[in-house]
Amino acid sequence: MALDTRPPSNKAPVRRTGASREPERDAGRPARSLVVALVLASAALMVVDKAGGDSSPVDPVRRVVGEVVGPVQAGVSAVVRPVVDLPGAVRTNASLRGDVKQLEAENADLRNQLAKAGYDDQRLAELEGLRAVAGDLGYALLPARVIAIGPAQSFSSTVTLDAGSDAGLHPDMTVVAAEGLVGRITSVTAHTATVLLIVDDTSSVGGRIGENMELGFVRGHGSLGTDDRLEMELADRNVVPKVGQQIVTWGSEGGSPYVAGVPIGTVGKVYESLRETSYRAVITPGVDFTALDLVGVVVPSGTRGRVIEADGSLR
Amino acid sequence: MSGRSTGRLVAVLVAVFVALLLQVTVLPNFAWDVGGLGVVPDLVLLVVVATALATDTRFATLTGFWAGLLLDIAPPADHLAGRWALALMAVGYVVGRLVHDNAGDVGAGSRFAREGVRRPPLGLALAAAAGGSFIGTSVFALTGLLLRDSGAAIADLLPVALVALVLDVVAALVVVPATLWLLDRTTRDGLPRPSQRIRVRT
Repeated sequence: MALDTRPPSNKAPVRRTGASREPERDAGRPARSLVVALVLASAALMVVDKAGGDSSPVDPVRRVVGEVVGPVQAGVSAVVRPVVDLPGAVRTNASLRGDVKQLEAENADLRNQLAKAGYDDQRLAELEGLRAVAGDLGYALLPARVIAIGPAQSFSSTVTLDAGSDAGLHPDMTVVAAEGLVGRITSVTAHTATVLLIVDDTSSVGGRIGENMELGFVRGHGSLGTDDRLEMELADRNVVPKVGQQIVTWGSEGGSPYVAGVPIGTVGKVYESLRETSYRAVITPGVDFTALDLVGVVVPSGTRGRVIEADGSLR
Repeated sequence: MSGRSTGRLVAVLVAVFVALLLQVTVLPNFAWDVGGLGVVPDLVLLVVVATALATDTRFATLTGFWAGLLLDIAPPADHLAGRWALALMAVGYVVGRLVHDNAGDVGAGSRFAREGVRRPPLGLALAAAAGGSFIGTSVFALTGLLLRDSGAAIADLLPVALVALVLDVVAALVVVPATLWLLDRTTRDGLPRPSQRIRVRT
């Protein structure tokens, strides 16, 4: 009997000392309620952002933060660029003119590639005719520099440009480099713009084979893996893409988010997808996404600011 | 106490912001290329680890949450907001708990209790950086998989997480001591001196 009553009376004081010693062991330990609250806050934020989609309530916050951080990023980038960019180290503000010349050359090169992309002569003539009719149906480009690159740990492929809504940019504009399509703008602040690269796995671009005008969708494969970065699935199941064929954008309604006729890359490999009874082509992108620096944003002709017009003139 | 904690807060704010800028603007130029874009050291994560080493778990958890939130919404981030907030919060909490439960300096009379900041040995700092990096990248990747925010497969995630871990440990050699120094300095300077205050008032 006595043995039965002892254990509980012994246990009670042990518990009490344990409880009183607890705060002394680590005074700075967060209360469990705080940890739970923070976890729930994070989860709620993710869900709200996900459910919000394009009109997410987080977007205004992003924009405000971008307005603050963007200029600082541009400043740091400007300071660091000469150091990391030793080959072209002699870049001063006055050499902007040089940049523009380079872009002009790039622009000419781009249109050259366009012409060579396998559009047949008739189409070309038609295009030239259309251009003559429309005056300048060709695209005006706004030059911009890449000032920040999202790390691979984020598993999404985005970069920041040093031009924003002040320069006339807005979401869903096409971004190109000399070698071809880079991506589209997803959000802008006054001085910066965030670009979703076409290799991102959420990116999908309407593309066509230049030689036979066959339509398809070019999808990014995520930023990971050196091969198979882009792949294209053709709408017509009977058409077999051939290695080496040029892929160009087919263009969206109103040129937003993608304008037509920008080279994306060439067909590298072709797979037959048995399950879907269609052909899947792996595209080798023309652009080197690891070495992006100077890019052009396609803007409506007549946009104010330093813009390169389609005829090569600079305003 | 209040002077000490504001000094600490300012130090962490400065450290997080500088780390963010370095991480997205400067380091991509020297990135380790694993497929697509380069892997860069997670400087913001390392600042959180250093905060967890030097201060208490509660402060580290809160720092992790807010630093992660900044990483989530500052350009060029385009993923769902809250993912890095959750990941870095977990880093701050876990590293803080492990360090503080195992270190012998949590008693009332220790140097930590007197000054609010401690200097951990280098080995512990590197181990914490490695662990923190693994936890942070994993939590971030897993939330992406759960929410279907990122289409990358687990097989693709692992090499990136490992490369990130190696880079983080290397970067920790610089970032953790720098953050500790900053924290140490601001908390020491932030201490109000009673004698001066009395002289000013009278």
